[in-house]
Amino acid sequence: MTLSPVIKKDFLLQLAKQGKRADNRNMNQYREVKIETGVIDKAEGSAKVMIGNTQVVAGIKMDLGTPYPDTPNQGVMSTAAELIPLASPDFEAGPPRENAIELARVVDRGIRESEVIKFDELCIVPGEKIWLAFIDIHVIDYDGNLFDASSLAALAALLTAHVPIDQFKENLEADAETCPEIKTYLEQHQTNYPLPMRTPPISCTFVKFGDVIVVDPSLDEEDIADARLTVATDEKGDIRAMQKGLNGSFTPDEIKNVIKEAAINGNDLRKKLYESIQ
Amino acid sequence: MSQSEREIVIPSQFLGDSNQFKSGRGTFIENGKIYAQIMGILQRNDKYLNVIPLKGKYDAIPGDMVIGVVIEALGSSWLVDINAPYPALLHVNEVPWNVDFNETDKYLNMGDSIIAKVSQVDTEKKLQISMKDRNLFKIKKGTIVEIDSSKIPRVIGKKGSMIQLLKKYTHSRIHVGKNGRIWIDADLSNTAKVIEAIKIIERESVSFGLTDKIESYLKQ
Amino acid sequence: MKSDKQLIDENGVRQDGRKPDELRKVTIEAGVLHRADGSCYLEWGGNKVIAAVYGPREAIPRHTQNPLRAIVNARYNMAAFSVDDRKRPGPDRRSREISKVTSEALEKVVLTDYYPRAAIDVNIEILNAEAGTRCAGLTAAGVALADAGIPLRDIPVACAAGKIGAEEQDGTFTGGYVVLDLGKEEDNFGNADLPIAIAPRTNEILLLQMDGHLSFQEFEQALEYAMKGCHDISKIQKEALMKQYHSKEGEGQ
Repeated sequence: MTLSPVIKKDFLLQLAKQGKRADNRNMNQYREVKIETGVIDKAEGSAKVMIGNTQVVAGIKMDLGTPYPDTPNQGVMSTAAELIPLASPDFEAGPPRENAIELARVVDRGIRESEVIKFDELCIVPGEKIWLAFIDIHVIDYDGNLFDASSLAALAALLTAHVPIDQFKENLEADAETCPEIKTYLEQHQTNYPLPMRTPPISCTFVKFGDVIVVDPSLDEEDIADARLTVATDEKGDIRAMQKGLNGSFTPDEIKNVIKEAAINGNDLRKKLYESIQ
Repeated sequence: MSQSEREIVIPSQFLGDSNQFKSGRGTFIENGKIYAQIMGILQRNDKYLNVIPLKGKYDAIPGDMVIGVVIEALGSSWLVDINAPYPALLHVNEVPWNVDFNETDKYLNMGDSIIAKVSQVDTEKKLQISMKDRNLFKIKKGTIVEIDSSKIPRVIGKKGSMIQLLKKYTHSRIHVGKNGRIWIDADLSNTAKVIEAIKIIERESVSFGLTDKIESYLKQ
Repeated sequence: MKSDKQLIDENGVRQDGRKPDELRKVTIEAGVLHRADGSCYLEWGGNKVIAAVYGPREAIPRHTQNPLRAIVNARYNMAAFSVDDRKRPGPDRRSREISKVTSEALEKVVLTDYYPRAAIDVNIEILNAEAGTRCAGLTAAGVALADAGIPLRDIPVACAAGKIGAEEQDGTFTGGYVVLDLGKEEDNFGNADLPIAIAPRTNEILLLQMDGHLSFQEFEQALEYAMKGCHDISKIQKEALMKQYHSKEGEGQ
């Protein structure tokens, strides 16, 4: 376990008191964000996001499946995250632990609850046949702020993903013989088409150390953080998802300020996201 | 060795015959031939062929001054991380204080930093460090920066020229540990300057004219 | 009966236009990750692989420590999205076998005596898979080890050869071509696959597996092809390692 010396924490706190951060950013500034899509051709959609030195790759795989009984006309999504040992000397091989699980579930909520994927357009036969979208997040270099990097990677991958009709055509055509709904579906969708999506909310992560709250924590800042807050906001500035983490606390005013900053930063990131998928 | 002669070699590269040369640091002999075992800069010292590493873990040698971070306070010793492949042991007999059994955490606890010296490395690479010298102490202020230990010689410079430069322009106390850790004690803005200068040295460690580059950065 | 996939035509040209002894395109970049002690990104045909080395570091749990030398732990893993049909995350039996033979191959070239009680952890991630992933992974691991400054006797490299296009009649196969570096269709529909890894300086074979059917002469030819392939790729590995430092040297002047 790589241990951070206590005086480093004191140094960062002192800097923070003067409104400074170790890498010369200001409190509400992100590191350089780079988004690249279409990086994995085996996946139906993919993206690589770098925030500073943190690197995350997300892939979308689609498959045919059956809907949940309470939502018979809707497609299904599932999100998994892997903190692979490649990415940090502290990550061990093995099944996902709580950090990976929390990461996957928070990214998932930011996409699922706001219906970013148009699930009703992923239904082939109500109650019987729908499209499953698997989002797999693969963290490959960990240098702070996995939440935002993973979330952006998942969104960039989804926004450039396609429904793989061509790959499943034979399979569907065989079933179409006995099922008129599939026949109609195939007539409407004869080849691969873009995954139907809405404008997504963007998540921004903040950490608190001492009395200071900063956005996009670096690895050192995460090491000394008392509390963490991730807020996903949409284009109107409304809140769509939130997650507080670590064992420190926030005051209600601190949370309100974070939400305001998240809306501003969120809009900047959304612009960047859309520029990268042109 | 002139500038144009700086040759970079890679593992398994043939360097010379063992009847003409001797196998030095970073090399091995096989069937009468000397090969490089790491990526590094080839250096000829008398008859010795050495390869100075460009990157790699700190290799502790007795006598090295190191900066350690305490991992755990044990009954009559401490386990200390010195950025080597192995943790180092600091025994209560090797510190400037009189420590009773099980009172170790009153003096040094998890996360505390110390300036220490490597006292012993055995055949199983078990490392022991000591704080028994007057110039060794527990760090109470300032901050620590970590770089690849193979770049430390560049931070020190020829006959200490680089570190003198850093201290002069920033009015700071700087202790450079052989293990890739550097302690800086200065006001905030000078500390930031030193950290940035070290980052430049780390990035451009193989470049020529680095001393001049750092001097012009520090003068700003 | 002719197989319905014609993998190679009468002129010896393969489906992707390659000649029997031609490699797919390989590009290698060293030092691509920030946290890892050594790393490598490699593309081989449609394969996209990333390898990272951590170590030497104390081997844990303690009972795995060898008091005389370091242990080399290679872990080969495929990302869920790396294949046509999504792969459930986690090591399956195939990945564990590849991890084992890769560890054994690497152990032979790492100078482990320098680091008793330590572990050298090698992580290989397949991000996009297209036949020959274990060779791509081991080749990337070799570069990552050198990049990390781990003392090596040699930089290991891997490549596969195989046989395609044999025709079957009543359970016997006739004809067929020995080819270098099987591509995707060739891997699925071919007659034999022979991945090897070597230490290029001494031509020692560090890894060898085979499945399918080869006569002794075919094996000899496949081995020759694979070894030449290894030597060609070894050049690319070395260029990638040198490239990192030459670009930095230029900056100072």
